[in-house]
Amino acid sequence: MYPIIKRKELNPTVTLLEVKAPRVAKKAKAGQFIILRVDEAGERIPLTVADTNPEAGTVTIIFQIVGATTEKLNHIPEGGSLHDFVGPLGVPSRIEGLKKVAVVGGGVGCAIAYPIAKALHQQGTEVHSIVGFRNKDLVILEEEFKNASDLVKIMTDDGSYGEKGLVTNALKELIDSGEQYDEVIAIGPLVMMKFVAQLTKEYGIKTTVSMNPIMIDGTGMCGGCRLTVGGKTKFACVDGPDFDGHEVDFDEAIQRSRMYFETERHHHEETCNLFKGVE
Amino acid sequence: MPNMSLEKNKMPHQDPNVRNKNFQEVALGYTLEQAKDEAERCLGCKHKPCVGGCPVAIDIPAFIAKIKEEDLEGAYEIINRSSSLPAVCGRVCPQETQCEAKCVRGIKGEPVAIGRLERFVADWHRLNVEKEPALAAKNGHKVAVIGAGPAGLTCAGDLAKAGYEVTVFEALHVAGGVLVYGIPEFRLPKAIVHAEIDKLKKIGVTIETNTVVGKAVSVDELFSEGFEAIFIGSGAGLPRFMGIPGENFNGVFSANEFLTRINLMKAYRDDANTPVHHGKNVAVVGGGNVAMDAARCAKRLGAENVYIVYRRSLDEMPARKEEVEHAMEEGIIFKTLCNPVEITGNENKFVSGMKCVEMELGEPDASGRRRPVEKPDSEFMLDVDCVIMSIGTSPNPLIKSTTEGLETNAHGCIVTNEGGLTSREGVYAGGDAVTGAATVILAMGAGKTAAQSIDEYLKNK
Ligand SMILES: Cc1cc2nc3c(=O)[nH]c(=O)nc-3n(C[C@H](O)[C@H](O)[C@H](O)COP(=O)(O)OP(=O)(O)OC[C@H]3O[C@@H](n4cnc5c(N)ncnc54)[C@H](O)[C@@H]3O)c2cc1C
Ligand SMILES: Cc1cc2nc3c(=O)[nH]c(=O)nc-3n(C[C@H](O)[C@H](O)[C@H](O)COP(=O)(O)OP(=O)(O)OC[C@H]3O[C@@H](n4cnc5c(N)ncnc54)[C@H](O)[C@@H]3O)c2cc1C
Ligand code: SF4
Ligand code: FES
Repeated sequence: MYPIIKRKELNPTVTLLEVKAPRVAKKAKAGQFIILRVDEAGERIPLTVADTNPEAGTVTIIFQIVGATTEKLNHIPEGGSLHDFVGPLGVPSRIEGLKKVAVVGGGVGCAIAYPIAKALHQQGTEVHSIVGFRNKDLVILEEEFKNASDLVKIMTDDGSYGEKGLVTNALKELIDSGEQYDEVIAIGPLVMMKFVAQLTKEYGIKTTVSMNPIMIDGTGMCGGCRLTVGGKTKFACVDGPDFDGHEVDFDEAIQRSRMYFETERHHHEETCNLFKGVE
Repeated sequence: MPNMSLEKNKMPHQDPNVRNKNFQEVALGYTLEQAKDEAERCLGCKHKPCVGGCPVAIDIPAFIAKIKEEDLEGAYEIINRSSSLPAVCGRVCPQETQCEAKCVRGIKGEPVAIGRLERFVADWHRLNVEKEPALAAKNGHKVAVIGAGPAGLTCAGDLAKAGYEVTVFEALHVAGGVLVYGIPEFRLPKAIVHAEIDKLKKIGVTIETNTVVGKAVSVDELFSEGFEAIFIGSGAGLPRFMGIPGENFNGVFSANEFLTRINLMKAYRDDANTPVHHGKNVAVVGGGNVAMDAARCAKRLGAENVYIVYRRSLDEMPARKEEVEHAMEEGIIFKTLCNPVEITGNENKFVSGMKCVEMELGEPDASGRRRPVEKPDSEFMLDVDCVIMSIGTSPNPLIKSTTEGLETNAHGCIVTNEGGLTSREGVYAGGDAVTGAATVILAMGAGKTAAQSIDEYLKNK
């Protein structure tokens, strides 16, 4: 069992948990993830390591409530515990030697992008963060990004906070204004990453994306997380999750992410009803 | 008076048309009378040819003699001297190519049903004997075991019995390896595996699940944590795909993924959260035990047609004979001498069919089996909405890539000597991680051998 030391709601649909898992805390680096199970019958879901405290032996995760398992996860109180918690998995982000980077985050993808922005900032890289949300209520980690960046642009779809528009608009503007990035790191919904990669390809800027396909084991054992990158099959859990955004077959990844769409929606509705019954 | 019947006593089974809709065990096991009657078929040969066919040399005529005397605990003790997992092996060993292949009764008629008798004895013991296991005096030495499959569990058990303090590190959330994530409930009830694991815990083995060695902790760090020897039993879990067009359409799975969802995550049960694809027409590509398990699971999930697509003929199929027979009885359709060349998809990128070619057998290849060659102009479409690739697995490179000086061969298998010692001092390995995908009994045997080597190594250190 892995105790939950701290729980904080970042917005109505995004929650932060600090979980006691000393082995993971000691080893995890930016870009890696964990897999957890909420209870005995639970499914295994991957979440990015948002932060660690090796001394206290704790790992921070930030998740968006999108389906049955994240719904259940959101109902575990501080002091409760998780049934299983394994990691760190995946390859850490490769950030050595980068001088100037644009970090682009979309929605809960910002939770995945934040530890990378922080690691870049700590090694002295100039960081421009462009973070996008649907509206003001969904903005997360604003302070954290400000502390880890030289420039922060907050974008909302409806203009209710920051600037109105998509992250790609802001990125294009910055590039057009003469900012020269060694690399763009984009993390968010597949469609967002696809369009960021399309944009940077025109400018010839190296772009890394963090892929989050459906996973089970996270150790290379099932192949369920496979993607096509540069025409070759890759397992996101062991070869990634970071890949060259100009090489990823996004359309295939989008299709594959819909594999269990119907069943998952059904599970989520059931779980919501269950919790409604309790409350 | 020996029983001179030319046939084995039949194994009681669930009816094929009932069992292909549930996940309960297919073979129900002998009654005491059936077992004693079958035991009477054994001639107690002095030269014991059957023993030579057993990878761990169980004294077969001796345990069968005890069944004749109705001394079932005595029979169990004889088996247990050589095998740590008799209830498992009695169910899943390929007896027809091992002990039973050598049995003299098999020259004219069927061999003695050694596997069924082994299972009978082990089940009897599990259900009737509740002995608190003897705890060995601790010798103060610590050993780490990586992987809780049959190889690792056996090694851990033998070392704990010799007084070592053993910790098993397992990547998944439960121990058991392929026995829990691969082999389905209807062939190997998980309660049997859990009982074996509970026994290990009772004799003091610590099992740390959710720990991926090479990620959370490296082999070298285990040494610095105070472990004096390490056994690697990490299996051969990496699935292979064919590399044909269309393999990434939705509805194409590795057998590992399909079986893991069903067996480990219990996706066949209503109370489980993990989804699994319920194909209507399913093709399973391959001819091993894994393919049979995947096909029979697909059928149980309600598929109308399930095909085994295998490029050689029935004679070359590597699966246990019994599994092939059971699959046929359950209505699995065998498309032998048939090879897929492409998977087609619909507008939503879900599988819509599989293009295959017919094969014929040519000259023998390196494995001595006749090589299948494509028949010209024999292409045809198989109407399926789900494809399960079951064409083999190889060892995961994770431990090798994080352990300096650990030698592997061209297939990624860890290189060891006969005692299980790797190229690193104090590091031993065995099971599928060394041999590539093989069998439970060989993995168990390798775990036993390595435990002996580790004991000798640490005693002389
Ligand atoms: C490497 C990696 C890192 C991730 N990091 C984060 C993170 O830091 N924060 C966060 O909120 N989310 C993250 N995710 C996504 C998160 O795993 C899914 O949101 C979660 O599994 C959904 O589970 P559910 O049961 O609540 O929703 P479901 O009802 O199962 O699904 C809702 C949506 O999530 C997708 N999904 C379902 N199962 C999985 C799965 N096993 N893996 C990935 N996606 C799935 C589905 O395609 C669907 O669109 C990450 C995913 C990966 C692969
Ligand atoms: C579907 C299926 C059906 C089969 N049917 C039969 C049969 O009927 N008869 C038969 O004899 N054999 C059968 N086999 C083969 C048999 O199961 C294997 O040969 C046997 O399990 C190998 O044992 P092992 O201990 O070497 O490895 P495994 O059983 O594979 O166990 C290895 C364990 O190590 C863990 N692990 C891997 N890497 C790490 C790491 N880095 N850190 C921590 N833990 C790690 C894995 O999670 C796993 O639990 C079948 C196999 C499959 C897949
Ligand atoms: S070879 Fe057959 S008959 Fe002879 S001892 Fe072995 S099991 Fe009995
Ligand atoms: S999650 Fe199973 S191989 Fe990546």
